[in-house]
Amino acid sequence: MHIPDGLLSVPVWAGLSLVSAPAVAAAARRAQQQTEACRVPLLGMTGAFVFAAQMVSFPVGGGTSAHLVGGVLLALTLGPAAAVVVMTAILFVQALVFQDGGLLALGANVFNMALAGVAAGYLPCAIWGAGRWRAGAILVGGMLSVGVSGVLALAELTLSGVRIPATLLGVSAALFLINGVLEGVITLALLRGVKRIDAGLLTRTTAQSGAGWTVIGLLAVLVALAAALFASQAPDILESLTEKTGVASRARALLWSPLADYQTWWLGGSWISKLAAGLVGLVLIYLACLGIGKLSARFRSR
Amino acid sequence: MQALIQVRNLRFRYEDGTLALDGVDFDLYPGETVALLGPNGSGKTTFVLHLNGLLSGEGQVIVCGLEVTKRNLAEVRRKVGLLFQDPDEQLFMPTVLQDVAFGPLSQGCTPEQAQARARAALAQVGLVDAAGKAPYHLSAGEKRRAALAGVLAGQPEILVLDEPTTYLDPWGQTDLITLLGSLPQAKIIVTHDVLFAAAVADRAAFFQKGRIIAQGSVADIQRRFGWAPPAARPANRPD
Amino acid sequence: MHHATLDQWARGSSALHRRDARVKWLVLVAYLAALSATRSLFPMCVLGFAALAAGAIRLGRLPFAGVLARAGVVAPFAGVITLFTWLGGEGGRALAVLVRSYLSAVAVLVLVGTTPLPTLLSGLTSLGVPRFLVLVVQFLYRYLFVLSEQAQHMRLAAASRGWQAGRWRPDPAGFRAAAGVAAALFLSSQAKAQAVHRAMLARGFQGRLVTLAPPALSIADLWFLAAGVGACAGLWLAANLFG
Repeated sequence: MHIPDGLLSVPVWAGLSLVSAPAVAAAARRAQQQTEACRVPLLGMTGAFVFAAQMVSFPVGGGTSAHLVGGVLLALTLGPAAAVVVMTAILFVQALVFQDGGLLALGANVFNMALAGVAAGYLPCAIWGAGRWRAGAILVGGMLSVGVSGVLALAELTLSGVRIPATLLGVSAALFLINGVLEGVITLALLRGVKRIDAGLLTRTTAQSGAGWTVIGLLAVLVALAAALFASQAPDILESLTEKTGVASRARALLWSPLADYQTWWLGGSWISKLAAGLVGLVLIYLACLGIGKLSARFRSR
Repeated sequence: MQALIQVRNLRFRYEDGTLALDGVDFDLYPGETVALLGPNGSGKTTFVLHLNGLLSGEGQVIVCGLEVTKRNLAEVRRKVGLLFQDPDEQLFMPTVLQDVAFGPLSQGCTPEQAQARARAALAQVGLVDAAGKAPYHLSAGEKRRAALAGVLAGQPEILVLDEPTTYLDPWGQTDLITLLGSLPQAKIIVTHDVLFAAAVADRAAFFQKGRIIAQGSVADIQRRFGWAPPAARPANRPD
Repeated sequence: MHHATLDQWARGSSALHRRDARVKWLVLVAYLAALSATRSLFPMCVLGFAALAAGAIRLGRLPFAGVLARAGVVAPFAGVITLFTWLGGEGGRALAVLVRSYLSAVAVLVLVGTTPLPTLLSGLTSLGVPRFLVLVVQFLYRYLFVLSEQAQHMRLAAASRGWQAGRWRPDPAGFRAAAGVAAALFLSSQAKAQAVHRAMLARGFQGRLVTLAPPALSIADLWFLAAGVGACAGLWLAANLFG
């Protein structure tokens, strides 16, 4: 989700830009040092590939098709630091040449997709990358990558005072999760396709991760959770403001939601219960993806 | 006459074990143009990649008196200008001028010198107007010429061209023949195009399975190996 | 193609085309920041920002219709947000969102339409953006359309062999075909990257890409910088004092 200019409040876009800039600079330094050869052509060309691959439609039934986002794929084939740089380059070109995402908002979009998205997407592989859990790790990675960046975007919009009704928030979150699973499936299918044609190419799949990226990945997921929780409080504040100006009743009449009860429960609980609910949700999704991964492995071996 | 390039018993094996070059001996003398002919996979391109040290195998490769080793690579690459088959992979800078200036800048010229050399090279290939354009907007023939300008700007003594007529229409090929005729450097041309080879080369070397099995004029090679498109095949062809 | 038009605009000539890229970047950021920071969007200020945008289009000799149409790309996203903000009872705010998004898009288009991308990128290096990142963007942009065309050809080839996207029933064969196309594209990109690197080495590349330094700033550039930033700051002040 590329946020255009004009929606984020100054503290949000400025704050995120201040965080993103040094982080990307650090990733650039890291990516530069990683091999003897100059990595610029490889990184640029792989970024161009991601653009081109987004034109390939993967049919998922129901008349719709999904497309590759690329965060997990980049992290697995180039290493997470290089993936951050390439994703930032992609977002920059999308904003500048295709007006997909704003320039002031670039800091926020980079934070969501190039930093948190890549780190969260790489996390499962950093922990379980080698061996038989790899397929599952890639699936969970896709879900985390798209899920975390989506949740952060929604949170930033809400924090900037943009009114998003709870139903829309719920639907968006669900869509992000579904797209995340699809991202994992597409990434896995692509990597399997590559291995079939040229098995040797991906052997150097980044055993360079280690504890550093695991920590960063976990941080990304936690920040997303925290942002989601914090932002869910914001409607509360906005509600009380609009109460005072008397427009709340009008808004409620227009936006009656069948999930009204769910809405009050979600907004009313304490922070611990919300955190627990969030973590339980994540664990359930993780188990579901592991199951899918195992099933798909069984299908393939037939 | 001292040979510009001397190759003795060059052997090269790829990582997966395939033997690409199986003992190649070759000489290149000043001012001459040699065509490298032979079937696909016979080692022609692999061979030329050894001439500027992009690949290194067993045996000896001497360029302008310098042995091609890690220490001499910068100097060797000044002497040998290699034009690759796909111009898109060679025109990697955002504008034509920046790309043609890449060679001189890498060799250590100042920006002003590099720009001057680049403009001179573009004039040589007839692409002065294209200097500010992005490579993406050039036609196939213009890309080929721009890539050649990029190589010429480095002022090499030897030109190596890998399948230069690919993507060129007949007019483009004629222009290329004229252009190559005007360049004083010694040239090695890898090509499948026998008519083109006959038009530009003084002699030819025929590769097969990683070795040069014959050298002679282009017509000789054509006769001995039936190395011509069906319609142009000479009458007495061995089978 | 979209980028071809922008490229064509960027190769034009006008007073704005001639200004230094660094100065243009700074004025753009000032405009976007001022626009974002004027909370209340006092009507006179909206006119002021719109007038600045219109003036810039004029100064850059860009086609009004073309720029205004292309800026409409933000309409879907911003439109949805506007709708919900309006439904939530904050009409003024909703309009502000729409106006801000649209004018921001126009401003970016003016920058990209009056400066070729390579010049924009080298301007960024002088402004402190890490060189490595800028070079990656440069190479990405160079090969973006090459690989996209390749993807297009592969899709056409698949379609002419009967592959249809978007069936209603689950289509595992179609999915596998798409994965195959993407995988082949990936391998092609990696091979191309290696070929480019070889071509760089063959021309004497020593490990550090040398870029030509940008020319010095002219008086006109400095005046433009002062006027641009001053106007934006002025509008921001006016909005906050009188809004």
